[in-house]
Amino acid sequence: MSIIQIRHLYKTFGTGESAVHALEDINLDIQEGEIYGIIGLSGAGKSTLVRCMNLLERPTSGTVIVDGKDMTSLSDRELRLARRNVTMIFQSFNLLMQRTVLKNVCFPMEISGVPAAKARKRALELLELVGLSEKADAYPSQLSGGQKQRVAIARALATDPKVLLCDEATSALDPTTTASILGLLKDLNEKLGVTVVVITHQMSVIEEICSRVAILDGGILAEQGKVEDIFSDPHTDAARRLVYPGGVSIQQYPAGTRAIRVAFNGGTVYQPLIATLAIDLGVKVNILGADTRNIEGKAFGTMLLALPDDPNSAAKALSYIRAQPNVSAEEVEYHA
Amino acid sequence: MLETISAFWAEYGTVLTDGVWDTLFMVVVSTVFAYLIGVPLGVALIVTQPQGIRPHRGVYRVLDWIVNIGRSIPFIILMVAVMPFTRLVVGTTIGVKGAIPPLVISAAPFIARMVETSLSEVDAGVVEAAQSMGASTLQTVWKVYLPEAKPSLILGGAISLVTILAYTAIAGTVGAGGLGDIAVRYGHQRGITSVMWVTVVFLVILVQVVQLVFNWLSRRIDKRLDQTADAKKFAPLELLARFVHTK
Repeated sequence: MSIIQIRHLYKTFGTGESAVHALEDINLDIQEGEIYGIIGLSGAGKSTLVRCMNLLERPTSGTVIVDGKDMTSLSDRELRLARRNVTMIFQSFNLLMQRTVLKNVCFPMEISGVPAAKARKRALELLELVGLSEKADAYPSQLSGGQKQRVAIARALATDPKVLLCDEATSALDPTTTASILGLLKDLNEKLGVTVVVITHQMSVIEEICSRVAILDGGILAEQGKVEDIFSDPHTDAARRLVYPGGVSIQQYPAGTRAIRVAFNGGTVYQPLIATLAIDLGVKVNILGADTRNIEGKAFGTMLLALPDDPNSAAKALSYIRAQPNVSAEEVEYHA
Repeated sequence: MLETISAFWAEYGTVLTDGVWDTLFMVVVSTVFAYLIGVPLGVALIVTQPQGIRPHRGVYRVLDWIVNIGRSIPFIILMVAVMPFTRLVVGTTIGVKGAIPPLVISAAPFIARMVETSLSEVDAGVVEAAQSMGASTLQTVWKVYLPEAKPSLILGGAISLVTILAYTAIAGTVGAGGLGDIAVRYGHQRGITSVMWVTVVFLVILVQVVQLVFNWLSRRIDKRLDQTADAKKFAPLELLARFVHTK
């Protein structure tokens, strides 16, 4: 069953000649209990799209149905109630700086009229869930970025929402902290069954936790589908730009070239993958494109490798790469 | 030297201490009333502004216009202009009581702007977060805007107090009572400049104390700052901070 259903959504800012079409004819179905990714470059309209889901932005036209309710038709009061069901976390955390961690988590319960003692008890449980019990009486300014986002997550879960919207929730965090926050989101999704919508400009985030993904490009939904399908077989330019390292595309090479996309998800950099492949297995691969970074001794990023023509060596190379810890690889399909 | 001082104090001591109390009375009472009008006005400006949480072009324009008009009339003219109103409210247009209504009318728009500025410093993201959780307009004002802006509002309070203090001195020129009145009557009209200088010293001390206390208080309750190190340096004011903090 789809928990979020978006039909023919348009959002235009301004009027006349200065009008900006932020979103055009978006159609989207997000299933209950899944982790859905929306990716795009900055200015693609992803923040506007996610804000149309809880109506922080009112769509110019189209329908947004969340958990069976048509959000655009609700009265102010009904909308406030509905928002407790679709909560949100942000890139800049947006915690109340003059309140303790505990009081921040109590905040949504306070405004929905939960008795103070009950709210406190629930807030402590939530802090335990995100692993921050010992910080209950601290103030946000005393926390690290990752800890602040954990508090924000606890706060967002306080009203038992069906959907958690994450607007670039890890973009202000370093890779290690990002991984731990993504892990937490995945964990909460499994434990609580909360549907998670992830907005990001980083392919690695999608790869890490999402089951399905939509690619937004210039306010238009360029492509959507299962993450592995889009990764192995991107159909649009927008998708290719995001999927292939440095924008390199297999299309630039002769037909019949077999290529794989290798993703490094934080394994050690002291593991010379390509060299081992060549020396130990005697398989030579050609690096078509690479965008990898060494962060605190860990490798992150992607590579596009051309496999040898010989099917045996190609299979050997693929199975060798797939056997490495923290490395994943998919074959990229060729389009004429 | 000591004799000169005690002789001076014997003659003018009562006048001066009465003047200090009159000034403090006028400042405190007018500030309280001006805040009662200025805070809702400032809040209304923030809430109804085009990017506000409840934008309303008409209401915003009218309020903005009223505040600008109020702020552009010089205090001394306003005082004379509102005399009929003053008589209606407090029964007189002179003395300490007569000064309070014009002080309130003049300070309220000023305070509305101060409050508006303080509230506009609240992170828009935090306000958006509250909205995303289903907070009503009133809840957003009461639980987000005002508490998050508290340190800034306190600093604004010092500015408002000092401004009103300056107004009371102007009010003194038309017989309002207080230190300004004493300075004009003794220093200007009778030529006893020593009295005038003493009133100046008192005014300087008042301003310094207000600024010091409010600065410290603002820092002390601001949870964005590290509260472990310098918090205890001002021990006598700890009690005051605790009072404000528990609100």
